[in-house]
Amino acid sequence: MCAEIGRLAIFTRNSVWHCFAPPIYLRLILQQMLRIGYNSLPVVGLTAFFTGGVLALQIYIGGTRFNAESLVSSIVALGITRELGPVLAGLMVAGRVSAAIAAELGTMRVTEQIDALVTLSTNPFKYLVAPRIIAAVLCLPLLVAVADTIGIMGGWIVGVKSLDFNSSVYIKNTVDFLEFGDIFSGLVKSAVFGFIIALMGCYHGYNSGGGAQGVGKATTNAVVSASILILAANYALTSLLFTT
Amino acid sequence: MDTETPRKIPPPPRKPLPPPPGGVVQPAVPAADPTPAPEPKSPIHIHLRDLHKSFGPKHVLNGLNLEVPRGESVVIIGGSGTGKSVMLKCILGILVPDQGSILVDDKETVGQSARAREAMLRHFGMLFQGAALFDSLSVWQNVAFGLIQGRKMRRDEAKDIAFTKLAQVGLGPEVGELSPAELSGGMQKRVGLARAIAADPDVIFFDEPTTGLDPIMADVINDLIVKCVKEIGATAVSITHDMASARKIADKIAMIYKGEIIWEGPADEVDNSGNDHVQQFINGSAEGPIQMEVLKP
Ligand SMILES: Nc1ncnc2c1ncn2[C@@H]1O[C@H](COP(=O)(O)OP(=O)(O)OP(=O)(O)O)[C@@H](O)[C@H]1O
Ligand SMILES: [Mg+2]
Repeated sequence: MCAEIGRLAIFTRNSVWHCFAPPIYLRLILQQMLRIGYNSLPVVGLTAFFTGGVLALQIYIGGTRFNAESLVSSIVALGITRELGPVLAGLMVAGRVSAAIAAELGTMRVTEQIDALVTLSTNPFKYLVAPRIIAAVLCLPLLVAVADTIGIMGGWIVGVKSLDFNSSVYIKNTVDFLEFGDIFSGLVKSAVFGFIIALMGCYHGYNSGGGAQGVGKATTNAVVSASILILAANYALTSLLFTT
Repeated sequence: MDTETPRKIPPPPRKPLPPPPGGVVQPAVPAADPTPAPEPKSPIHIHLRDLHKSFGPKHVLNGLNLEVPRGESVVIIGGSGTGKSVMLKCILGILVPDQGSILVDDKETVGQSARAREAMLRHFGMLFQGAALFDSLSVWQNVAFGLIQGRKMRRDEAKDIAFTKLAQVGLGPEVGELSPAELSGGMQKRVGLARAIAADPDVIFFDEPTTGLDPIMADVINDLIVKCVKEIGATAVSITHDMASARKIADKIAMIYKGEIIWEGPADEVDNSGNDHVQQFINGSAEGPIQMEVLKP
């Protein structure tokens, strides 16, 4: 256990170092941004849409008990931007991207492609790990910005179509109530989640054991550890930085 | 089960041999020279001394000693699972030996910094036993990889070289645009070979270069390896089970058994080595001192 933490710490240090030390492979970063960011849009969008909708319904049901139905729009906006947008997008992307990275690097490990990289004088951290981490850290905030928008829109559609809110009042309440800090805190968190997602995928893939079974285990471990770390980091970040 | 560890036979008359395992005196190597002049390089390009490597309880290398002379082709033979690939990976620094020393150009490489290793590997080429092609890149990008990433060559320039090297291993330009997954095993092997020699390295390792190839193509590859050594002057270490190939490409043959070199000598002496293990191996006989651990019916 301690050895594992030590190995992860060294791996993290190496990864971060190679994210900043030249040369930086721009081409690979863009390629990874496409795979991590652009290809995750449908999953993240759908997740946010349904979450926004269900949030509107639940808050309405709860709100009627206190005659506070009018709060629906503001609480949906707050919930999505501060918590549900970043966390759910993070978890969905963890499932998609951590698994894909771990499977890819794990296969490269067991088929000796990572060894071959080394013999061709190319540092695997620089060539494989750093582009994925940089891409994920850049993409997650963008994805969450999209998720925030779609989530709020989901709430608005449910509010207007099935809860009979006035459309313009709903929108006005949302805009008036939201503060920049709400959105910003979510985006900062999501950058951290992006780091966790790529790091866990790379770490487990890079250290994958032999054979198909080893790669399978690496993939599972990557998703599980990324998800748990996201939830833990979310709590830590919220309590440390974003209270008040 | 535990047969007695075979000892080296006395050195054959022509070439000097390294001392038996455990020996410490290395008079042939001018490593002790306090100010080595940069120009005249040592005649021994790679020198392995008392190399040990285990995986858990399993001892794979057991005090292996080997000298690879500069500009010569050394072929390693030996049974499956005796540690031949592990030995190459130790030299490359992919695996770290538990004990022993590896001198390349008289410089110790065990425990050297990552930067020094990267610089050293710029002069190395390796054909992996399983080819280890990058499946996210096309065939020509694989071959050009070391040129573009390692040597910072321009892409179009590297692409031309890649296609030349592919042609040398009998693969036409149409193959260059395919992805490695679309190739047969033997074709992948040849692409791996083209990648290994693409940057004209000083040292080339071939892990079973002719396995999986038809006899004719195998001979073409043998010729290519000979050409790399004779014309380009590279130092080559090849692993093979194919004695015809070994005879053709080797200046020197070494046999590894239970993690040690039990015989080495010039290629033309392999037939009268006087070593039972070598005899059994080149005759491909199940009877002899090497007993495979199989369940007999
Ligand atoms: N990464 C590893 N982890 C654990 N054991 C290993 C590892 N690599 C090799 N071994 C063990 O080391 C031994 C030697 O392996 P190696 O690949 O060097 O064999 P080889 O001589 O190349 O055989 P072959 O001719 O079949 O390729 C094998 O018994 C293998 O089980
Ligand atoms: Mg092998």
